[in-house]
Amino acid sequence: MRDDLMTIYLLPLFWMLLGIGGILGVVLGGTAYLTYAERKVLGAIQLRKGPNVVGPFGLLQPMADGLKVMFKETIIPSGANVGLFIAAPVFTFLLALSAWAVIPFDAGLVLANINVGILYLLAISSLGVYAIIIAGWASNSKYALLGGLRSAAQMVSYEVSIGLIIVTVLLQAGTLNLSKIVEAQKDGWYIFSILLPMAVLFFASALAETNRSPFDLPEGESELVGGFNTEYSAMIFAMFFLGEYANMILMSAMMTVLFLGGWLPPLAALGFVPGFVWFAMKIVLCLFVFLWVRGTLPRYRYDQLMRIGWKFFLPLSLLWVVVVATVKMVGEAG
Amino acid sequence: MADSFLVDYAPIAVFMTIATFVALAAVALSFLLAKHRPDKQKNAPYECGFPPFGDARAKFDVRFYLIAILFIIFDLEIAFLFPWAIVLGDIGWLGFGSMMVFLGVLTVGFIYEWKKGALEWD
Repeated sequence: MRDDLMTIYLLPLFWMLLGIGGILGVVLGGTAYLTYAERKVLGAIQLRKGPNVVGPFGLLQPMADGLKVMFKETIIPSGANVGLFIAAPVFTFLLALSAWAVIPFDAGLVLANINVGILYLLAISSLGVYAIIIAGWASNSKYALLGGLRSAAQMVSYEVSIGLIIVTVLLQAGTLNLSKIVEAQKDGWYIFSILLPMAVLFFASALAETNRSPFDLPEGESELVGGFNTEYSAMIFAMFFLGEYANMILMSAMMTVLFLGGWLPPLAALGFVPGFVWFAMKIVLCLFVFLWVRGTLPRYRYDQLMRIGWKFFLPLSLLWVVVVATVKMVGEAG
Repeated sequence: MADSFLVDYAPIAVFMTIATFVALAAVALSFLLAKHRPDKQKNAPYECGFPPFGDARAKFDVRFYLIAILFIIFDLEIAFLFPWAIVLGDIGWLGFGSMMVFLGVLTVGFIYEWKKGALEWD
């Protein structure tokens, strides 16, 4: 009886808590060092040094920033709806973390191997819009409201094309389970197939979805001050900030799972390197492109942003759904 | 076990609970550690240094609503496409054809709203 208790409940519970702790550690650590990497990469692109004072090569900079933010005064604007004002960043942060529960880091190395993983990811990333709208509204400030509206419109516009792009991957893979989508790419990653244009489109939509440059209109400081987080300060601002960076890593992970073959090595001969190392390397590559784009491209105008979303990305991804489905049907019939 | 399907989701529930706790703890800690000296000027909504005039919850462009409505239509379509994409191999040309008709109807609507200028943004 006692053995049953051990093996059926306590042991899985222990592994689950260990897994949760591991994921939280990896994601939060990754987020902290992504902010450092961004400043270093931007520095290199602009022929500067970037942070180099706190610790060797400035490696302790994220810790210093975290501590500083912790001790800052939280300013709550007089007209704000206090409850919603504080709930919005917490919600953003929570969503950015909880999406990681279904990401497969390696074969079998996933916290919750649910059979509708990709649907879960889509649902969680859709919910992010609520936090933005709530933040913009609860601040009771003109800039925050406008920034929130813009941000929400932008996110839902690009979510449509992300959804259609995911459908093209599903047509190829025939499953909603993320681990099985990776395994379906054993004979060739989807980026090197008919889905190549969709991979490019997915990356561009991911930039828009995470409100990153060149689509960082919501934070277009020359017109909107800070966008939806104009009134935020201290820790609740850091929540938005960390949420945005965690979402960048998440989008890179989705890109890796859907198009870059997840944990699979690029060559079978390189199979001796553990899968999660490949997974991490592919994510780092995607993140570097995120930063590279930010250092290189100018910002879009809002009407251009909406035009490219609705008049180019959407029709093209819709067309590609039809093309991929037709190719699949003809291939199976012939 | 009948509910083994739901057991897969248990780690997600635990994960969300812990993540909520972490987020709330960080915010609470900052409220405890930091000094708070609010005053009237500091707490005023940001407005380029001027005292705010008018209500922040003013009228805004109706296009944002339009975008939201279009989004709902296309998101529903994607919700239809998901199961179809999974079972396409099993439902044959009939299933393929039905979805093409559905997409065709949707495309006609899309062309209509394009021509009507619903996607213009100036």
